[in-house]
Amino acid sequence: MPTFVYMTMCDGCGKCVEMCPSDIMHIDPVNRRAFNIEPDMCWECYTCVKYCPEHAIDVRGYADFAPLGHGVTVLREAEKGAVSWKIKYRDGRIKEFTFPIRTTKWGTIPSPRTLPPPPNDAISTPLLSHEPDYLKVDSLPTLKTAKQG
Amino acid sequence: MSLRKTNSVKHIDCDILIVGGGFAGCGAAYEAGYWGRGLKIVIAEKANIERSGAVAHGLSAINCYMGMRWGENTPEDFVRYARGDLMGLVREDLLFDVARHVDATVHMFEEWGLPMMYNKETGRYQREGKWQIMIHGESYKPIIAEAAQKSVDEVYNRVMITHLLTDAHNSRRIAGAIGLDVRDGTFYVFRAKAVIVGAAGASHIYRPRSIGEGAGRTWYPPWNNGSAYALLMQAGAEMIQMENRIVVTRFKDGYGPVGAWFLMLKSVATNAYGEEYEKAHLDSLRSYVGAKYADAKPMPTCLRNHLMLEEIKAGKGPIYIHTERSLDTREKEELGWEDFLDMTVGQAVMWASQNIDPKEDPSELTMSEPYVMGSHAVCAGAWVSGPEDFAPADYNWGYNRMTTVEGLFGAGDTVGGSAHKFSSGSFTEGRLAAKAAVRYIRDHQDYKPELNTNAVERIREDVYRPLENYNVGRHVIVKGSVSPFFITPKQGLQRLEKIMDEYCGGVSSYYSTNEKLLDRGLLLLQMLKEDARKIGAEDLHQLQRTWELNHRIWVAEAVMRHTLFRKETRWPGYYYRADYPHVDDQKWHVFVSSRYDPATDQWEMNSKPVHHIVP
Ligand SMILES: Cc1cc2nc3c(=O)[nH]c(=O)nc-3n(C[C@H](O)[C@H](O)[C@H](O)COP(=O)(O)OP(=O)(O)OC[C@H]3O[C@@H](n4cnc5c(N)ncnc54)[C@H](O)[C@@H]3O)c2cc1C
Ligand code: SF4
Ligand code: SF4
Repeated sequence: MPTFVYMTMCDGCGKCVEMCPSDIMHIDPVNRRAFNIEPDMCWECYTCVKYCPEHAIDVRGYADFAPLGHGVTVLREAEKGAVSWKIKYRDGRIKEFTFPIRTTKWGTIPSPRTLPPPPNDAISTPLLSHEPDYLKVDSLPTLKTAKQG
Repeated sequence: MSLRKTNSVKHIDCDILIVGGGFAGCGAAYEAGYWGRGLKIVIAEKANIERSGAVAHGLSAINCYMGMRWGENTPEDFVRYARGDLMGLVREDLLFDVARHVDATVHMFEEWGLPMMYNKETGRYQREGKWQIMIHGESYKPIIAEAAQKSVDEVYNRVMITHLLTDAHNSRRIAGAIGLDVRDGTFYVFRAKAVIVGAAGASHIYRPRSIGEGAGRTWYPPWNNGSAYALLMQAGAEMIQMENRIVVTRFKDGYGPVGAWFLMLKSVATNAYGEEYEKAHLDSLRSYVGAKYADAKPMPTCLRNHLMLEEIKAGKGPIYIHTERSLDTREKEELGWEDFLDMTVGQAVMWASQNIDPKEDPSELTMSEPYVMGSHAVCAGAWVSGPEDFAPADYNWGYNRMTTVEGLFGAGDTVGGSAHKFSSGSFTEGRLAAKAAVRYIRDHQDYKPELNTNAVERIREDVYRPLENYNVGRHVIVKGSVSPFFITPKQGLQRLEKIMDEYCGGVSSYYSTNEKLLDRGLLLLQMLKEDARKIGAEDLHQLQRTWELNHRIWVAEAVMRHTLFRKETRWPGYYYRADYPHVDDQKWHVFVSSRYDPATDQWEMNSKPVHHIVP
């Protein structure tokens, strides 16, 4: 099943349940640990894997076409702004990569509601917030030769 | 075992309700927050906004960026490109509008903290292709979700919108929506002056190529179920181009995207014998669709599919993409891997499991099953009003991106005729819709939305009925999923996929269909619609799946009806009407439109003119 959970590592915190876009990570009432309730609706998006604080979730490629013996593991360090991958081939070869994920601190994006309010009549222009400045050209382009239908 | 909590009802009053916190929804949130000072703005999102929608994974490129500041492209160039790709049929006003604003959106993303790749020589963003720029995009969604969350009063995560509500006194005006909390079963009644839908297109309308565990690894995410269309249609909004589904050429089984490999790393594709097969079929393509389309640069996406299909039918597969000829430096190897680790990890898992090292071995390519969406190389969706300053008169009824239902707006996959927006363009379109929605609310200060309480009560019964069906039905049998009284949501889904695959041009018929097949398919679909009222859901998760299925069935019906109406083969490689095998520009250089009338339960099919406003 695409994602699975190691029995001895999961503490039942529910983070994966909170995050899974497919709503398929659920807590088993008997074991009080998470498991994938619908593996054929798993996209292998790795969201749950990245967010599990205990690193208890792993992926075994889809049985339809993925022979056993591989592993793709991930460490996402949000505060450091990096994600690291380790790829283990069926035949034992290993590859490792690290990539940046964000250039600013988490939580620092300003709310548009705290920006100075736009003048009242600006609502009827075609300009969006921060325009024309953010276009980085003089003005918003328009079509002059509109053929009216 | 039932977790039924039908007593729990929450009423939410707001000015703007945003349905779906994906790229379009987040763009709408930001802009509504900016223009709508003092307005109450809420988002209903069926998953968790931090990782939801098509970008839950992340992405490795922004596929729509003009680069106007460096003189790279103009909005006119973009319109010509998308028009060519869609074989002439696009809303040029909507495309131009997205294009003229999209650069500002991307510059904002960079400021928020999205890591862009720069070209060291030019000092500009690293281009992947003419329209695409490369990013380190693992956290693309959490970054824009952070901005969206700060822009609104409330985000209701895990609330799936099942129905839109029109006003008690005016059935052509929006007044709210119904939501189901898929965690605790609460029934949400939203009352809103304006609603913006960004609830995305649909996978699993057609039977996927992998039908076991691998059914989850469709190219388009399994959780996007076409709510954008189903919600709008049931509210009586007019739709266009629902026949225009997309089939994508991708790395086989892992569905890794090919863009970076073809455009930037310049990988070539060959048949099993090493021949570059596209050239072999060019002459026959010219006589099939005419030189105007066959020689268009770049070649339309559907026609490239068509060439590959010809090669596969000729028995010359597997088709290979030669990554091994491209990855000659460590830098390029990292780029190739990051492309997938940032947005399609499943492809990396697939390589590792089959001992394929892209530096040494080629990979197989395949063509996917069809998906229904509106922001990629495809443009199914709602018929919306265009930008005031240049939209043709019949494309404009006052508020940008407003559908034919008053106060109901759309963006991203929701909007028809406006292809090639991708992530940045969908976000931009959300911004456009939100500004217009604020203006609409200001222009109608006196309007107080009123809900029809009887209708809400009827919907409440409908929403929970599957739990009831299961509870009653399960006592008749010992155990298991075989019952004469109900079917499970999964069984219903499999029936839908089989119907669409076999009657409406799925992979098993090489994407071909005809009038007879469609008539028969519609009949079977009608029976599935009836059976859908008998679905049995064991718990809230299955209740969510039931509503996803109901929405998928609506989308499928629209696809079938549109496919039946358009008597030509406009997009060979996406689908073929075997009884009308050619492009017919004389009769069919038009949009196909449909409107479902909730009052009479009838569909009305029509066509609408395509205006070419960009030379
Ligand atoms: C595999 C893949 C690769 C792609 N690669 C790129 C790329 O490299 N670059 C690029 O720019 N673009 C890319 N795209 C395109 C881009 O992802 C889409 O164009 C964009 O996400 C569309 O935005 P949207 O808001 O319409 O849909 P989405 O972003 O999918 O958002 C829809 C939202 O609605 C929610 N929702 C759905 N139904 C309901 C409901 N009933 N009630 C409440 N909420 C609901 C969903 O949970 C989701 O949050 C790619 C797409 C895919 C599928
Ligand atoms: S996030 Fe990890 S530890 Fe928490 S429930 Fe899920 S698998 Fe268990
Ligand atoms: S990989 Fe993605 S879809 Fe699969 S269980 Fe984890 S979060 Fe859900």
